[in-house]
Amino acid sequence: MSLDKATVAKVANLARIKIEEKDLEPMAAELNNILGWVEQLGEVNTDNVEPMTSVAEMSLRWRADEVTDGGYAEDVVANAPSSEDGYFAVPKVIE
Amino acid sequence: MGMIIQGATGDWEVVIGLEIHAQVTSKSKLFSGASAAYGAEPNSQVSFVDAAMPGMLPVINEMAVEQAVRTGLGLNAKINKFSVFDRKNYFYADLPQGYQISQFLQPIVGEGKILIDLKDGETREIGITRLHLEQDAGKSLHDQHPSQTFVDLNRSGVPLMEIVSEPDMRSPEEAAAYVKKIRSIVRYLGTCDGNMDEGSMRADVNVSVRKPGDEFGTRCEMKNINSVRFMQQAIIYEANRQVDIIEAGGTVDQETRLYDPDKGETRSMRSKEEAHDYRYFPDPDLLPLEFDGAFIERIRETLPELPDDKKARFISELSLSAYDAGVLVTEKEVADYFEAVAEGRDAKLAANWVIGELFGNLNRTGKDLSDSPVEAKALGELIDLIKDGTISNRIAKEVFEEMFDTGKAAADIVEEKGLKQVSDTGAIEAAIDEVIAANPDKLAEYRGGKDKLFGFFMGQVMKATQGKANPGVVTEILRPKLDG
Repeated sequence: MSLDKATVAKVANLARIKIEEKDLEPMAAELNNILGWVEQLGEVNTDNVEPMTSVAEMSLRWRADEVTDGGYAEDVVANAPSSEDGYFAVPKVIE
Repeated sequence: MGMIIQGATGDWEVVIGLEIHAQVTSKSKLFSGASAAYGAEPNSQVSFVDAAMPGMLPVINEMAVEQAVRTGLGLNAKINKFSVFDRKNYFYADLPQGYQISQFLQPIVGEGKILIDLKDGETREIGITRLHLEQDAGKSLHDQHPSQTFVDLNRSGVPLMEIVSEPDMRSPEEAAAYVKKIRSIVRYLGTCDGNMDEGSMRADVNVSVRKPGDEFGTRCEMKNINSVRFMQQAIIYEANRQVDIIEAGGTVDQETRLYDPDKGETRSMRSKEEAHDYRYFPDPDLLPLEFDGAFIERIRETLPELPDDKKARFISELSLSAYDAGVLVTEKEVADYFEAVAEGRDAKLAANWVIGELFGNLNRTGKDLSDSPVEAKALGELIDLIKDGTISNRIAKEVFEEMFDTGKAAADIVEEKGLKQVSDTGAIEAAIDEVIAANPDKLAEYRGGKDKLFGFFMGQVMKATQGKANPGVVTEILRPKLDG
């Protein structure tokens, strides 16, 4: 697997990360290094090995259906750069 | 019957598949303890998990799991004892995590099937591809401020079931019947309230066209349609648009389109296409969802009789027509009401009264069955009065209207207004004699062979007795007198 400049630009855009044009090539190289390193795992024979879902022997914890949280709108929006009437206020996003 | 579009190059068939998003009936959210109730003050039902504050971890709600399994059983579907939550990544102001926790490759429910009810009691089988659990996003309000969008996260994290159908539907009517059937099933099961106005049920509609027998064409998806009527309009518009494009030598682009009910058209939302690269991957915050067969069986034991079984029973045991049975079972409340009326009575007569008079009056007054002024027991008593000959069917309709408007019991209304049917032969005979004496010309015509005039005399006698004469007795006495 190898990433080109265009793919890096696309992924950056999807993740809303701004990357200067001049940095795309070096970033592609860095990411390709990482991918190449991880791809070495493909050399290991994993036939008949169950996929591991956790390093610890545990299963998903379930909770009862009770209302135990919420009721603090002012805390929820406390860090918002802008809020009004309990709403987050963001730049208009209508298309 | 499928919908056929007659194009310049021949007939086109419409192919429809639906994704229905149904809000799970639960007290709290899928992965947090905040309330899932509708309509609260903005951001008042938001935990730090739902607001995606750093370090917060999701913990699954057991009720959401149960409800998904229950719905899967109601859809005659395979239940997967092992399923996985994935992150569906996209960027939007009302999605604070930057991803929706959903299920992608391994959903909790696999393939199933349901029967949809078409005109004339006909049914068709529609395949279910899968059902998976996922979080709802928050709500954006674009019209509250000139330059800002307001975001309310109360819905963020509310549990949804996404029910995906096979592309098995061939007309807007079938798509409508499918939505109605899914709604009916989840309401019977108590897993979703099916309220489309409040957004607890909404549909993404996939439409493509093809020449009958050909491979499927390229589809377009119309998202978030929250009315069955709009959905049908959108399908018709979209199918015709695609036929026009292909016949003009073009190709249909696979894309998301928005249906605008005001203009009655769909338009491209191409700007959203880029975001469709969702980069799914298993959510590292959540282990796989696992349960055993006993868990499924415990849920299966609590399933109610579902609409199809109820309909079959109404037809086989109560001898109702397929149409009447279908109408009565759509809503569980209606079916329960009907059964209470029919208990120990003539079921066909009970069905006629519920479907005809009761529904008619509910429609007239814009009421739901839940606030009907006439309880099942009261309607049953009215039917008893017809059966034992106390009142005629015609008078009963008057009595019913009065019951509906005043909430009084049938027997009291009959007593107060003196509506008891007259079966006293002497009184009826006197009325008949008067009518005959008053219409010598009609009598002559009747005797001259105009049999139809029997109805005229019958009507006159009923009128003379204010509708109270027992029609059976009137017929018995009237006919020999007319025949002379």
